[in-house]
Order: sequence, then C-alpha cells, then structure tokens
Amino acid sequence: MREGPEEKTLLQDVPWPDEPPVMLPGETYGTVTDTIADAVLKRPIGLGWLSGFLIAGFFVMVLLVAVTYLFIRGVGIWGIEIPVAWGFAIVNFVWWIGIGHAGTLISAILLLLKQTWRNSINRFAEAMTLFAVACAGMFPILHLGRPWLAYWLFPYPSSMGVWPQFRSPLIWDVFAVSTYATISAVFWYVGLVPDFATMREKAIHPITKKVFGIFAMGWRGSARHWKRYESLYLILAGLATPLVLSVHTVVSFDFAIAIVPGWHTTIFPPYFVAGAIYSGFAMVLVLAIPIRKYYHLESLITMRHLQNSAKVMLATGLIVAYGYFFETFIGMYSGSTYERFMLQNRWFGPYSAMYWALILCNIALPQLLWIPKLRSNITFLFLVSLDILIGMWLERFVIVITSLARDFLPSAWGHYTPTRWDWAVFTGTLGFFSLCMFLFIRIMPAISIFEMRQLLPESEVKADEAA
Amino acid sequence: MKQPKLPAIYGLMAEFESATELVKATKAAYAAGYRKMDAYSPFPIDEASEALGFHKTRVPLVILVGGLLGGSGMYALEYWINCISFPLNVGGRPWHSWPAFIVPTFEMTVLFGGLAGVFGMFALNGLPMPHHPVFNDDRFSRVTRDRFFLCVEAADPKFDLVGTNEFMQSLEPMSISEVPH
Repeated sequence: MREGPEEKTLLQDVPWPDEPPVMLPGETYGTVTDTIADAVLKRPIGLGWLSGFLIAGFFVMVLLVAVTYLFIRGVGIWGIEIPVAWGFAIVNFVWWIGIGHAGTLISAILLLLKQTWRNSINRFAEAMTLFAVACAGMFPILHLGRPWLAYWLFPYPSSMGVWPQFRSPLIWDVFAVSTYATISAVFWYVGLVPDFATMREKAIHPITKKVFGIFAMGWRGSARHWKRYESLYLILAGLATPLVLSVHTVVSFDFAIAIVPGWHTTIFPPYFVAGAIYSGFAMVLVLAIPIRKYYHLESLITMRHLQNSAKVMLATGLIVAYGYFFETFIGMYSGSTYERFMLQNRWFGPYSAMYWALILCNIALPQLLWIPKLRSNITFLFLVSLDILIGMWLERFVIVITSLARDFLPSAWGHYTPTRWDWAVFTGTLGFFSLCMFLFIRIMPAISIFEMRQLLPESEVKADEAA
Repeated sequence: MKQPKLPAIYGLMAEFESATELVKATKAAYAAGYRKMDAYSPFPIDEASEALGFHKTRVPLVILVGGLLGGSGMYALEYWINCISFPLNVGGRPWHSWPAFIVPTFEMTVLFGGLAGVFGMFALNGLPMPHHPVFNDDRFSRVTRDRFFLCVEAADPKFDLVGTNEFMQSLEPMSISEVPH
C-alpha cells in the first residue's frame, strides 16, 4: 500500500478493474456512525432476529439438558470408551478453538500488516473468537469426568500437596487457552471503549445511556488518551499474534507429543494453525454474509472483504492440503508398519467415508475459489464456507478417532460411535455460539465505528495545510 | 481552611470541522505558548498528540515490566514446583526440563504483559472518569461523532479570558465556548 496522504483515498478507489472498493463512496463520519449505531439503538427487534434468537435459544436448552444429564450420569453417556477416550469432546474442542483463530488473525495480524480493509470486519470477528473459545473451553472441562474439579489444573497451593505436571501438553493447553480467552476478551473490550462512548452520546433512553456510559469509562477522545490507546492497541496486537499461533501449536502438541500413529508428527503445528485460520475465515464469511444483508451494511462490508476472505481461505486451504500430502508422504516414507497402516486405515478402514468427505470438502471443492466469478458470487461463498466448516470438523474427527480406534495391537482396537448425547452437546454449543452472536449484534456496535471513521479520506491530516 | 482559588471556568473550547484544522489550531496554540490544553477527536490522530508536545507514552514500558514479571514469575514457579516442592520423575526426564517449561512461561508473559498494558493504559489516562468538565459543553457530545475540539484550560499560566478568546478566534473555529467547571 502506498504511504502518504493519498493512502486512504485509495481505499475508496478501485485499484484494479476487478477489485471492489473497501468502502463505498459517499460515506462521512456521520453516516458511518449512524449506520452502525442505529442498527443497535433504533432498529426494532425484527421477526428474523427474534426467530433466529429463539432457535439458538432452543439449542442452548438442549445444551443445558445434555450437560445436566452428563453431570448426573458421567461421561459414560457419551460414545467414548477405551481405546477411543477422546471422542466428540476433543474433536469439537479443536474445531471450535480453530474457528476462533480467524478473529485474532483479522484483528491483530492484519492490523500489524496495515491491512486497513480489516476495519469493518474485525469487531465481530473478535466477538466470534470470544464465543468460539467459550464453546471450545467447555469441552475439555466436561470431558474431565469430574468437571467441578477443573481448578485442579491450575497451580495453587492445595491441601493435597500436589502440583500440576508442567511437562504435559495438556497443562500447556490450560495456560494457552485461558490466556487466549483473557487476551481476546480485553482486546475486544479495549476496541469497544471509544464506540461505547459514541453509543453513550447517541442513546436516547436514560438507562441505555447509563449502561453504555459505564462501559465507556468516561472516554472523551482526548489526544493524549488516543496516543496511549493506540500504543496499547498496537502492542496488544503484537502480543496476540504469537499468542494465536502458540495456541493452536499447543493444541497440536496434545497430539504430536503422543506416540499414537497419525499423531506423532512434526508437521502438526503449522498444519493445525493453517487449518484453524481456514475454518475461522469460513466462519467469518458465514457470519458476515447474513449480517451484511440484514443490517444493510453493503457499503461498509463490501465485496472486497468477502473476496479477500475467500483468498485467505484458498491460501490456507492449500497449506492444509500440503499438510495432508505430507502426512501421507511421511507415513509411507517412514517405513513404520503402524504409520503405513494408519494411512491404509484412513483410506479404506471403517471411517474411510469421513476421510474422503474431508478431502472433498477441504481440498477439492474450495479449489473453485480460483475462479474470480465464483469469488464474487455471495451465495457460492456462503456455501463454500459451510463446506469448509464441515470439512475442518471432519478433519479433526479423522485425526482424533481413526488414530485412537486402531493404534498398535489389533487386540486393543475398538470402534467409536457417537451417541445422541454427543450430538446434543455439539449442537448445543452451536446454539450457544449463535445465541451469543445474536445478542452481540443486537446490543453492541458490530463494526468498529472509530476505525471506520479512520478509513475515510477526510480523516487524513493534510500535512501542507496543517503546517 | 483556605480553599485554593479555582479559576472561574475550566477553559475555552473551540470546535473544528476537520482533523486538519484541529491539528493546525493545536500547533498554533502550542506555538503561542499554551501548554495546558487538550485536543479531542472522534478517532486517533497521531499529529494531534504530536502538536500538543505529547511524544512519548509509558504504556510500552508498563507492558514490558508486566510481561517480564509474568514470564519470570511463571518460570520460577515451574522450577520451584517441578524441581523443589514436588519433584516428579516423568520417563527419566531431568527435573529441570526447561524446554517443557517454556510454553506456560510464554503464555504468562503475554497474559501479564497484556493485562498490565490494559490496566496501565486506563490508569495513565485517568479512566474510568465518568465526569469531566469538557462534557459540560453541549456541543462536545459530537466529539464521538464528527467534530474536533481544542480546549485551552484556564489553569494554563498564559490563559486570560479575553486574550485567549481573541487568539482562538484567529484560528477560525466553527464556534468557541466557555467550559464551566
């Protein structure tokens, strides 16, 4: 991107004939503020929102029932048994946490790379991260068997005189995921503070005004405050970048450090991180496309955003494909009977349908994104994103289940079949995630207002005139 | 008890329509010798804080200190737990198996650095502060929308109601108002 005064003007231009602008012309500080804030403050609760909210609420009830029954009866209600002790819980954990990664990538990594087009999608991508991590965090805790003792994972001076074992990747997970959840939450909140101030001034109802006022902490847009704010925001982005890479790396260590065939491989960290971003961007599109349509945000979330996300998916999808290829190659090249059998088992074993569906969803179909015409077809983008989400879920299923079900000795093999309670918890978290998203777009500015103002060409200080 | 004498008003506030005008006015006010003043804007403007003579923040230092404390604290805790308090032989690995300790050390560096930064930023900014004299000006609510303000405070030694008002008129603002306490 060019530096200098014209940098922002360029964003509204069309740099290449096929490239749509980041923001449609005609927006001003006022219109940007109103479009985003009025979706919360003025728009009445519509039938579409309400029915979506209620459907999501129904699945939250399913989750509550499933979790209550789990607490009463124990993890035996799930399909897990020896040798497959890591069933749906771990599949869903890895899937959900991966989805969260795109939010941090958009808000932190793209910020550092000065990709200003991110400004209209970072807010709800961060919200998505937060809710996805909340869903992810539930699974390992529920899977503990005695979830009420989850705090044993933290190092605290207990009366039992025992401490966590820091050589275990499962303990690293506790630190990585809880840090990730906390930093994502504060990053999100810090980004919201100036917008809460806008909402405070725009709100009419005294209670709404007061609530936004409390969260805005008395933000008054002082230049000194902004300076410290920007300094913090940039460094937080710099901290969140290695953090997000570390989180999925640590998640992949849960597998890679074990000696189970199909898990014990050094390609796992990069391949997990790429897969995480792949599924995360798919979720961003699945959320952005309807939000943009129902809240009439087409001038703020333009085709450029959708196409750029499609390109990121294409790129990360190829990294994932490379990961699959190398898994196969190393399995063959290693000369290990068990590694070779692992491949044979994936291709032709009892779960082979899942494997081939995964290749179809994750590698074959997304290649259609190479075609520019399809990249600008919103329905297609939505469908391909759903396809990738399914594909990434299947990938985690294949990794977790096929390797555990048939590891070394045939006498120790088993077969895993999820029960209805497995499905209930999984669909329940989908409902919980959707419910949080529905609430979020209803009560908070879903797009960062102050960062959108910064995208306007008039926000640039003209150096010659200001002298 | 003698109360310290407060100036009658908090300051004079000029309203501008664009970021460029705000920066220009701030530079002029700084050149005219005003120091106790602040520029207010609906989004961050680097040039505005520069024009105020506010070049450096201590936020990065706070983050560094927080991160170092978090990281070294975690490493020390791991060392103490796995080598002194509760030594555990796992597959014959050394008690002080430092590579395994790096992951939590890194995570706590990020956690404490990040949290120190967030709390530090709010503390240095004096937030939360639900009320501030600048909010007494009705026009000021547009600072969170599309207007830019420069407030020269009465506490500035160079401040003089008539003279400063005249000076601010020369900056050609959209309006000037007295900000009560």
